[in-house]
This record gives sequence, structure tokens and C-alpha cells, in this order.
Amino acid sequence: MLHTVNKSPFQTTTLQSCLRHTRKGDAVLLIEDGVLGALKGTDASGDIWGRRVEVAFYVLGPDADARGITKERMIDGINVIDYEGFVDLVAQHKTSQAWL
Amino acid sequence: MSEAAKGTGKKVPKKFLYVNRKAPYGTIYALEALEVVLIGAAFDQDVSLAFLDDGVFQLANGQDTKGIGMKKFANTYRALGDYGVTKFYVEKESLQSRGLTLGDLQEITYEDENDDFKEKPSIILVSRAELSEVMAQQDVVLSF
Repeated sequence: MLHTVNKSPFQTTTLQSCLRHTRKGDAVLLIEDGVLGALKGTDASGDIWGRRVEVAFYVLGPDADARGITKERMIDGINVIDYEGFVDLVAQHKTSQAWL
Repeated sequence: MSEAAKGTGKKVPKKFLYVNRKAPYGTIYALEALEVVLIGAAFDQDVSLAFLDDGVFQLANGQDTKGIGMKKFANTYRALGDYGVTKFYVEKESLQSRGLTLGDLQEITYEDENDDFKEKPSIILVSRAELSEVMAQQDVVLSF
């Protein structure tokens, strides 16, 4: 399953809740304000770090760029993708779930 | 769809899950989800609802909206059984985090047409892991 998260982890518990419901082999894509969750060294980064073995993490590049979240500022191992990559992710997974 | 299924004109129902994660009244999400569930119920699909995080407050008993001038739509959940919507998955951990138990939720039942129309509870209490499994089994997940 592909999960998308569009809220900042510093504003809501959406990312936290999403991660708690992920299963092995799932993918999580951070979009819109959700890309703030990709930052390393934050109060929230431990949650993603803790799931990195079982879950693949992606960030939508244009949303990260817009917010000054460069690759160097991101948690190691997060994949940056473009809109085409977003479409590929949706196509690769049987279902998608939007965490709002 | 298989060729055989095409021949009979029958379609295999898809599994639809409506995910509710917001408290009622503060935002329009809860009411909108209910509207979509009612519309979707007309299409004979395998429909389930999930209530987690603040979404569990949608089912709380004792709601009284007179003071805020908004329609109390909590009663509508009890009518969903007549539309074939009989599976309300409620997450245990979300209830616990909010100091709630099953007894704080309104009673929701349906009449089982496959069992002499016996009245049965619609609410299914599940753990976080069980709910994750329910989510993984769906064809379509719609979040509110």
C-alpha cells in the first residue's frame, strides 16, 4: 500500500498515525507540508527513522524545493521523486491511502 | 473482470473502506464522509468504515448540538445498517488515548438478513495492527 501524508508533523499527528499503521513493504510519500517530516534532527525524525527498514520513504521534490528542504537536510535514505515518480508509485501499489 | 463474469452481467463487488480520523463539528470532514458513504451505499459494494484518532468522537454517545446551531448527524450512523453498511471498525488504541471505552460510544446495530434478521452489533473493536490489516485488504480506501 502507498500512503501519502500532506501535513507537517509539527502541526498534527497525521504522520505519526500513518506510520503506526504501515506494514512491511508499504511506501510512504510526503507531499505538500508533509515534506517537513523529511527533515533530519527534528522532534519527528525518529518516527521515520524507526520504520526505515520495513517501509520505503519518498518525498515529492517540487514540494521540498519550494520549502527549502534540500537533500542534505533530509533524513538519510529518503528518496526524492518528481511528479512522474508519484504516478509510478501509485501504479506500483494496489491501493493508495491519503492521510489528511 | 473475467469473461464469465462479463457474460452474466454481474460485477464482483469491490471492498471500500471509508477512514474517519477527525472529530465531528470542528471541520466538515465527518459530515462529508457520512454523505459519501450514503451515496456509495447505493452501488452495492462491500463497504466498511474505520474510526481512529479523533474520528472515534464521531460515534460518542450523548452528543447535543443545540448550543452550536449545527445539525447533529450522529444518529445517521445508526441508519447505515439499512443500507448494507454493517462494519464499523473502531480502533482500541485511539479510544484508550482519549479516555474512552466501547461504553462511551452509541450503540449501532443491523439486522442480519442471512440470520433470520437478528439484530447484531455493527461496531467491531480492533487493535491498531488489526486495523492496518483491514486497510491492506481493501480495493479502495477513501480518507476523511
